[in-house]
Amino acid sequence: MRALLLGPWLRAARGLPRAPGSGHRHRGHGGHRPQGPLRKVSVEVLDHLEHLALVDFRDAEGVERLQKAIQFADQLHEVNTNGVEPMDSVLEDRCLYLREDDVTEGNCTKELLENAREKVEEYFVAPPGNIPLPKLEERETFLQGSQ
Amino acid sequence: SQSSSLCKTTPSTAKSPRKIVFVGLEIHAQISSNSKLFSGSQVQFAAPPNSLVSFFDASLPGTLPVLNRRCVEAAVMTGLALNCSINKKSLFDRKHYFYADLPAGYQITQQRVPIAVNGSLSYSLCIDNKMSQMVTKTVRIKQIQLEQDSGKSLHDDTRSQTLVDLNRAGVGLMEVVMEPDMCCGEEAAAAVRELQLILQTLGSSQAVMAEGQLRVDANVSVHHPGEPYGVRTEVKNINSMRFLAKAIDYEIQRQIEELENGGTILNETRAFDSKLGCTVPMRDKEGQQDYRFMPEPNLPPLILYDAKSLPANMNHQQVINIDWIHERLPDLPSVKRKKLVEQYGILPEHSFTLLNEDGLAEFFESVVKQTQMKPKKVIGWILKDLLSYLKQHSLTVKESPVSSFLLADLLNLLEKKEISSTAAKQVLAELWKGEGKTPLEIVKEQKLELLQDQKELEQICQAVIDGHENEVMAIKAGNPKVLNKLIGLVQKKTQGRSNPVLVKQLLEKKLSG
Repeated sequence: MRALLLGPWLRAARGLPRAPGSGHRHRGHGGHRPQGPLRKVSVEVLDHLEHLALVDFRDAEGVERLQKAIQFADQLHEVNTNGVEPMDSVLEDRCLYLREDDVTEGNCTKELLENAREKVEEYFVAPPGNIPLPKLEERETFLQGSQ
Repeated sequence: SQSSSLCKTTPSTAKSPRKIVFVGLEIHAQISSNSKLFSGSQVQFAAPPNSLVSFFDASLPGTLPVLNRRCVEAAVMTGLALNCSINKKSLFDRKHYFYADLPAGYQITQQRVPIAVNGSLSYSLCIDNKMSQMVTKTVRIKQIQLEQDSGKSLHDDTRSQTLVDLNRAGVGLMEVVMEPDMCCGEEAAAAVRELQLILQTLGSSQAVMAEGQLRVDANVSVHHPGEPYGVRTEVKNINSMRFLAKAIDYEIQRQIEELENGGTILNETRAFDSKLGCTVPMRDKEGQQDYRFMPEPNLPPLILYDAKSLPANMNHQQVINIDWIHERLPDLPSVKRKKLVEQYGILPEHSFTLLNEDGLAEFFESVVKQTQMKPKKVIGWILKDLLSYLKQHSLTVKESPVSSFLLADLLNLLEKKEISSTAAKQVLAELWKGEGKTPLEIVKEQKLELLQDQKELEQICQAVIDGHENEVMAIKAGNPKVLNKLIGLVQKKTQGRSNPVLVKQLLEKKLSG
């Protein structure tokens, strides 16, 4: 397990401009770093995100929450990662367990279908294909009127 | 020495300049295993819907993937057979997209570091559709990766709904990516056929296209020499070997015509419509997909070992040794063909046909063992007579009413000159009926034995000569081909029971006097 010492790396931070007067904010255990500028996210990017993740940002507050989340995550850029291998997970140096090729599961159709809102003869029922999200111009969402 | 094939350029005509065609393939082969890639539910074609589904396959919360050792071994075997470098450390990733038959909303695959890379596959083609001339080509294998199969969707258009069966969800797949070294449907089909034979020989996949165990997507692009590479389209929904070449050739032609008419090619996904014989754009795949790849957090890297790196104190069951697998690889089709040619003196083309038909090579070898006839002669009977009959009646070698024992028996009669080859064909036709008679019994029944009495044969020859003065004169005047007519007449008189070689000798002797 790698021990990650943030201190020395943070001091050698790559130039992210520190907004004057943004001060300190306390957010639980993470809030000692000064925040960067609040970045605006374009309508196209928001639309793309809504398609990819099937979320609906719904209103100005939702969008602002997203932008603040991005700003918070941007703190990661302050860490100098030159010459450091990216880590996938804290378990990445564990042994990957290999299972024997035996049939040990399945045969629980009834149980699985109990969760289904609709079923037809032991098949799950879904709407046909992927319902395409209407194009931005056609939607009645908040994004339509936003900048 | 190996040379990767240069794509043929299409012929240039007055109307259209030459074009260079690139065809690459993404082939998904279902791994032949008892259970799925990351769960213990059974792998089986055709079972009651959603009966072979575990909680993990249905993506219920709280479930985790557990890697099946057999699937890893299958991928290593395949990588080695395709001359790949096996990555001793490979990683798993999530590929996200939404579809009803993908309950988790992502597929576990190997996008960053797959299990095998940089291999090659050699395959052969007949030039000009004749089996007489074969040329060997090579296609580079970019990589092989382990990934999950998705479930199956049945579209019910009348009720505007999709029925989902997750039996196939989570079955292990090997995706084999072939670089665009091919230039037409024929080459692609030949490469896929060879891959299919290799997979079946290894046992890593049964690779039956009809059961969806082998699926091929083709990437096709066309451009003028000297100009930048053309836009690529992906062709999906190719369900059989027959349609593979057709679909690719159609798409090549479509792109060429589109460019000639001044149009542009869209980077899109198209489906092959087998009824219409053309490719059509696929509705759900508009625009570039953004799969938001991320490392699979529930699976640490897959580590493989070889003889040198084998860890000393690890449970055997947890260790996969690449060298151990390498030593146990069976003879690949290319090696088997070479051995057949060397051992039996048959032509390379013959070895291809033998291996192309399930069980035919074994049948041939079995006949050779049981007969004195030379393998070079036996092969003709196997490839022409036996195989054509099987094809006509859509039978596999295993279903043949004529066993290798019976055929060998028949060929022995022929070899001992007890019957003529014409008679042998007659006996064979009778054997097809599968009535349980031996060749000898049929010969006796139909009175097909060759005339052993030389004197009687000479008399018949003389009679024919006497009765056909015109023909005799023609032969003596220097037209030897007319002799065949006389031979035919003798055959007729003897009801096929004369040896044509002997008859020819006798006639020539008599006429030269």
